[in-house]
Formats: sequence, C-alpha cells, structure tokens
Amino acid sequence: MELLNTHGGKPAASPKQTSNNMRSMIKNLAAKLAMPQLPKSAMFWTGIGMLLFFILVAAFGPLFIHGDPNAFSNDSLAPPSVKHLLGTTLTGQDVFSQLVIGAKLTLLSGFAAGVIATTLSVIMGLVSGYLGGWADDVLSLITNIFLVIPGAPLAIVLSSYVPNTSVWPIVFIVGLTNWAWGARVLRSQTLTMRDRDFIQASKLGGENNFRIIFFDIMPNLIAIVASSFIFTTIYAILTEISLSFLGLGNILAVSWGNMLYWAQNSGTLLSAWWWFLPPGLCVALLGSSLAFINFGLDTIVNPKLMMVPSKNRGKKAAE
Amino acid sequence: MTHAMQHGAAAVYSDSSATVSPILEARNLRKVFPVGGGSLFGRQQTVKALEDFSVCLRPGYTTALVGESGSGKTTAARILAGMYQATSGDILFSGVSSRNMPGGLQSRKYHQHVQLIFQDPFASLNAAHSIRYHLARPLQIYHKARTKTDLEIEILALLQRVSLTPAEQFIQKLPHELSGGQRQRVAIARALAPKPSVLLADEPVSMLDVSIRLDILNLLTRLKDEENLALLYITHDIASARYFADTILVMYAGQSIESGPSEALIKEPKHPYTQLLLSAAPDPARNSVEPLIGKGESPSLINPPAGCRFHPRCPFAKDICRTGFPKRTEIQKDHWVNCFLYTDALETASSDIPAPAAP
Repeated sequence: MELLNTHGGKPAASPKQTSNNMRSMIKNLAAKLAMPQLPKSAMFWTGIGMLLFFILVAAFGPLFIHGDPNAFSNDSLAPPSVKHLLGTTLTGQDVFSQLVIGAKLTLLSGFAAGVIATTLSVIMGLVSGYLGGWADDVLSLITNIFLVIPGAPLAIVLSSYVPNTSVWPIVFIVGLTNWAWGARVLRSQTLTMRDRDFIQASKLGGENNFRIIFFDIMPNLIAIVASSFIFTTIYAILTEISLSFLGLGNILAVSWGNMLYWAQNSGTLLSAWWWFLPPGLCVALLGSSLAFINFGLDTIVNPKLMMVPSKNRGKKAAE
Repeated sequence: MTHAMQHGAAAVYSDSSATVSPILEARNLRKVFPVGGGSLFGRQQTVKALEDFSVCLRPGYTTALVGESGSGKTTAARILAGMYQATSGDILFSGVSSRNMPGGLQSRKYHQHVQLIFQDPFASLNAAHSIRYHLARPLQIYHKARTKTDLEIEILALLQRVSLTPAEQFIQKLPHELSGGQRQRVAIARALAPKPSVLLADEPVSMLDVSIRLDILNLLTRLKDEENLALLYITHDIASARYFADTILVMYAGQSIESGPSEALIKEPKHPYTQLLLSAAPDPARNSVEPLIGKGESPSLINPPAGCRFHPRCPFAKDICRTGFPKRTEIQKDHWVNCFLYTDALETASSDIPAPAAP
C-alpha cells in the first residue's frame, strides 16, 4: 500500500522517508480519530455540512457583497424584497450584507477563543494530571478557582474595563474564562493514563516529562481534546454574541451579536422580524452544527452511544 | 525446545554461575505500599508487598522468580527497574550501590543498563504510535542516532533480531495491526534498543497464546546468550522456569523462601510451598493423581500472618513458625531454604522432614 523505503543506507532516500513519516502521521491520526467509523454517523456529517456552509459564507461571501454593510440608505425598515434580500434596518442598512459580512467575525472570534481555551485546558489538565504532587495541587487550585468564578459575569465585568476598539479583547476574555472544564476532564483522563504500562515503558525508555505528556499521552486523548475544543467554541460563540448583544463589544463592528444589539436597541423586535430573526437563526444553526459534530465525536470516544445501524432506523421511520 | 533444554542442562552441569560476578544485586529489599488515602482517625493501612528480598543477576545467566499472584514478583522487578522505590534495602549495579549512583535508579543512565519487559503486550505499546516510533525513541535518546538513515538501519536490525521479518513491513505498522506475540517481540526489541546489560522479563508470556510462548522464551534465551545479558525471568509456571532458568527463586506472599540451581531445586524441593507448587503442576509422567499437600489461598498482605507467611497452609507448621521467620539454611552449594524444618534438621536431625513430593 505504501512505498516503503527499504534501502535505509542511501542518503538520497531521506526526502521520501520524510513523506513516509508524514503519511504515517496522517494514518495514525486517522486511526486515532477512527475515520472509518465516521461516515456511519449521519449527525456528524450533517454538522460538518452546516459548518462548511458557514465557513464558505464567511470566507467567500464578502466577495459578492458590494458596498459598506453599515452604509445608511433611505429605505428604513424595508421588508425583504429583491433589492434588499432580507430587508433593511432602522437606518436603512442592508441586513443580508450585514449577515454575510458578520459571519466572518463571529466564526473567527469563536474559533480563536476556542483555540485559546483548548490550549490552556490541554496544558493545565495534562501537566497537572501527569506530574501530580504539589504541581497538581497548584494547577488544580487555579483550575478550581476558574471553575467557580461564574464565567459570563466575569466576562461582562472584564469587557466593560477593556477598550472596545476591536473584537479581540472579547476573544481573549472568553478564551481565558472557559478553559477550566476542559482542564478538569483532561486531568482525570491523564490520571487514568499515567500509570499505564506504555507510559511506564516510555519512562524506562528515557523520555522526559514534556515528551511523555505531549507525545505519548496527548495523542491518546485527541478525541477528547477535539470534543472539548468544539464545546468550548460553541460556548465562546454564544458568549461573544451575548456580550455584543449587551453592547459590551465593539458596537461598530459588523457581527451577528451587534445586529441583535441594534435590533433590540431600536425597539423594533415586534415589527421588523427580518432584522433579528436571520442573525438569531444563524447563531442557532451554527451552534447546532458544532453540537452535531460533537455528538458524532462522542460515539467514537464512547461506542455505546452509537446509533442503531441506519437500515433499521429507516425501517422504523417507515412504519 | 532442544536448544533450551541443552542450555539448561549445560548450566547445571557446569555449575559455574557463582564464579561470574553479579551485575545487578538486590539486598534485603522491602516494599510497603500505603492503602487508600489513610483516614484522619486510625492507622494508615499498608500492603507489605515485599520482605527481605535478595537476588543476584549474573551476565549470561537466567534467574527465574517463581510464585503465585501477589507473591511480590512484579514488585521486585519494578523496584529493580527503578519504577518503584524500595522502602528499605539496597540495589547494587556493577558493585555500585544505588545510593552512590548519580541520579539513583530513576536516572537515564541506570535505565539504559536495566530494561523491563512488561507482562501485557496489549498495554505496553502506545496505540497512537507506529513501531518505528517505539524503537526510534530509545535509540535517539540513549545512542544519539545521528541521521535518519542510521536510525532506520538500527530499527530494522532490532526488528530482525527479534525475528520480526520482513522488518520493512513491520516498521510502519501500528500496534493494533499486530498479534500478541508480535507485540511482545516489539516490546522486547524496545527493551533491547538502549543496549542494556540486564533484562527483567515480567511474566513475558503469560498473556500470550500457548502456541507462541515457547518461541518467545527461546528468543529471550537466544538474546541472552548472544548479548551476554543477565536475565530475570518472572513466572508463575515453575515448569517453564526449569527449562529456561539456571537458578530458581521461589517466593510466597512477599517472602523469598527457597532458591537453588533449577535442576536441584526441582528434583529435591525442600520448602513445603515449593513441594506444593510442584505437585500442583501437571506432569504427564505421573500417572496417579496425588492429593496436594497443602490447602487454602495466599494470605492478605495488609495483615499477613506473623512469622512464616506460609504457616496457615503448611501441613508441617509448628509453633515456632507462627512467631518468627526462619533464617536461611544452606542445603547444598547455592541451594538454600527459609524453613524451620531444616534449621531443626541440621541441629537435631529429627525424622519429621517431609519426603520430596515431586521427583
């Protein structure tokens, strides 16, 4: 199946070897994520499809939107029409343009906060779980403090202090307040792993703690890290939207949260449904897509959750 | 099989093991594990896993550690490997006490010389890494393999030495693609990668299919002969110890009770527990089923019986067995036993010495 480099003696063979290594790494990752299982989960692929749609809109949508989405016009609160596909706001801004442009900021800030939180939780959880002793005591104390601090109010307080010139302060606040749950889960998983034979064997093989934690333990927890990343991203997106909705973000930026903020602020929630319904629905759909992906990943971590094979399900639905 | 038998026989008749100076020596090791968290009120309970354990491993010789589950075999091996710290006692490597070793038994330097093969090959390999990674890491760490091609050559050579051929096919595989026997060969190759002088094999075949046990044991014996390794073979199967080991050390409930050259110990077991162990092993040459000389189970190590821990099961137990642990009695050269039956025998030559149960 693969072009194995059997002639190790030739230096010329080394580029091929590197690509072999890359291939084996990808193969490893695929085996780890149990790729062959994935297609069975319709929920997972639905989620992937929805997420892909939002990513495509965020990436390429702005190419089709001409003009400033914040530009005022005389069509105040116009209902959806051919000219304004999703109507206009109180000040005559095109809702469709705002929705497409806003996708980028919402997705980007959500995933960025997810990356920050996941990185923190991986470092804190794995290191404290593996090292044990006083290092574990200190890191667990910090984790517990962040666990009991109510995240949303802290985010509100912090974001009212930092200058809201861009979306990034919110990203950092959300990232820094949402890593503790993931750290707890990863710590307990690491505890179950650190006394297993293959970790002990690595120790006898002379590996240092850093290599054991991030090269021996982490690859075995990759499904949990991925799942934790997605969960944190959902939470980050929702927190970012809520903060913007409360007017604590940069209110001039075009994002779904700000659209909801202005819609609510103008007191038109009862009349202009086209203003707040599209961003609200988009948030819900984006959250669901990530949740679907997470359920799919769950069935890999815990095969007991696997659905009945689709053949049987089809029959049952037909009855 | 013939190879192993010849080897075993040769070692017995030459009887030269004592002339080779030991490379790894354990002296009076004791290990106590705390149980649970220990409550605020009441004493912390402990498991007395190992009491006064001594063993000598010599290059080119196999020492078997025989005993049932919970007898302290694995604890002893893990202390020797530097994974656990002994509560008391000393370990000498090449005559140097662990107290005088820079970094002690947890150091890379010690691990390079003393490697452990784990019991369960399904747990000892990392599911996320290829065979190449498993073997490359110790080579990189201990021998600073410089170029990728050097590394590749060394990995392939290791795989060939453990008879995983064609090595080019195995190098790329993931552990889950291999059978139990193949996994154990990879584990052995990994233990060989640092070029150790002592190999501790913790029940290396107990998780494997019966049909491949012999292959793995023959492989270990071959490697031991080729590299002049000191091999500690831990097993609960006294029959296999007879064929593969030069010296057998019998353990019961954390105490070492009898040791001697394999053939001598099997032919003339002295301790009642060794006799029980041998009579429990099936022997096709024995045509009548004799009743076992002892009964019961091995005791709890949280509250072990006082004195000799075998006394509740021992048909010859006397009062003194319940109070004190017998001193080591030398029966013949290198064959000793810890049993009051023989301390008495030497002094009074009383007639209640049990006849050996197994030939």
